[in-house]
Amino acid sequence: MAGEAAIINTAARASLWLQPHRIVLILIALGLVTSAALFMRWDWLPQYWEMGLMGIWRALWILVVTCVLGFMIAVPVGLAQAAGSIWVAAPAKVFCTIIRGTPLLLQLWLLYYGLGSLFPQYPWIRESWMWPYLRQAWPYGVLALTLSFAGYEGEVMRGAFAGVPKGQLEAARAFGMSRWKIFRRIWLPQAFYRALPTLTGETVLQLKSTPLVATISVIDIFAVSSKVRQDTYLTYEPLLLLALIYMVITGILVFAFSRIERRIPVKIG
Amino acid sequence: MVGLLHSLEIAVGATIVGLVIGTWGAYGKLYGGPVVRDLFAVYTTVVRAVPELVLILLLYYAGTDLINQVLTAMGYQRVDISGLVAGIAVLGFVQGAYSTEVIRGAILAIPQGQIEAARAYGMSPGLLLRRITLPAMLPFAIPGLANLWLIATKDTALLAVVGFSELTLATRQAAGVTKAYLVFFLAAGVLYLCVTLVSNFLLGRAEKWARRGMPSIKDA
Repeated sequence: MAGEAAIINTAARASLWLQPHRIVLILIALGLVTSAALFMRWDWLPQYWEMGLMGIWRALWILVVTCVLGFMIAVPVGLAQAAGSIWVAAPAKVFCTIIRGTPLLLQLWLLYYGLGSLFPQYPWIRESWMWPYLRQAWPYGVLALTLSFAGYEGEVMRGAFAGVPKGQLEAARAFGMSRWKIFRRIWLPQAFYRALPTLTGETVLQLKSTPLVATISVIDIFAVSSKVRQDTYLTYEPLLLLALIYMVITGILVFAFSRIERRIPVKIG
Repeated sequence: MVGLLHSLEIAVGATIVGLVIGTWGAYGKLYGGPVVRDLFAVYTTVVRAVPELVLILLLYYAGTDLINQVLTAMGYQRVDISGLVAGIAVLGFVQGAYSTEVIRGAILAIPQGQIEAARAYGMSPGLLLRRITLPAMLPFAIPGLANLWLIATKDTALLAVVGFSELTLATRQAAGVTKAYLVFFLAAGVLYLCVTLVSNFLLGRAEKWARRGMPSIKDA
């Protein structure tokens, strides 16, 4: 019975969704896509195919690394603001304000051009093992994006840590848990559940900031499309394809996060 | 300094354009027919899913090219669109998608009875919008719109990529000439920070003003 009801339900929803005007709109959209595929020039695709895949791979790699590292910084930053003494809370607050108050592009250029121009002046840096890395562009990109993610997410985590009900922590203390254990078993998981919906949005925002690293000569998918434009003098095709790629990645991200969100217990607090 | 002025001009212009689009978009999404509703849904989804940088490039080149092609097809001369206007239009288009969602949420937060009462008084839709809906949704919308304004000031930096000389690009050029990269970028950062802090203060005042007569959030 339940199965039948479910089938009827989905059928009804499908018919509700597929109203006549929607069909017309979908047809128009399909027409636009096919005309774009037919009448625009796509003959450059095979040549740049491999490079594009490399670019997508690199953009995703930067996204994952900066999100994980940024989150690891964001947890102490948020904790310091939510529960620390003023000596810890004030620097964390200043860090968040500065990161959130200046454009990411400026931070990126400050690190790359500013710091990058300082390093060669010191011989001991040039002789150290770090020099081969410091000469490349991507460490600066990763650093800037990580700090930016940490700044925004630190603010979110502050709210999440503060939002965990006091009774939970008191109960944990009554059980005789050590402070570290309380943090690991009670405080962090509950704060994480609370922050998860925001985390989805932040991750999508982070994805949308990754193309900025192309301005400091990291070859991600955005840089590949700029190269195609310079080589072939085509304006629209690479950009349209690029927009499509980002939309697909965003869709996958949102879908993945919604799957994770469904796994956590809904009843909290 | 001229760069800062340009940045602020674009941010203000883009926010105003975005607000106009946002108000219409929210109205279209809430009260429009099915076709209008779907079109706005596509608009907000697409704009919010694609990076601003890509959108700016796409609209900046495609938009100017398209207008010129239309003009030549109609027998007019090609016009040279200034970076300022193009920047405002492009950022306004992007901001419009975000503010549509903010304003839609804010309108939904108005107690339904107020709008029904206004209708019962026989107000025309325009009067209803001006006297009831806009003032009543303001306290709900201001926090979101304040965020958008801050994003707009920071998004102007992206126009540096298409070669419009606002604060960030001007900084880079000045730094390139004098070779004092760190100093100039730090100074620009301080300028942006000042803009943010000042607008935070002003927006806080504005929110208090819009919330006048309403119960404080802390009590609720």
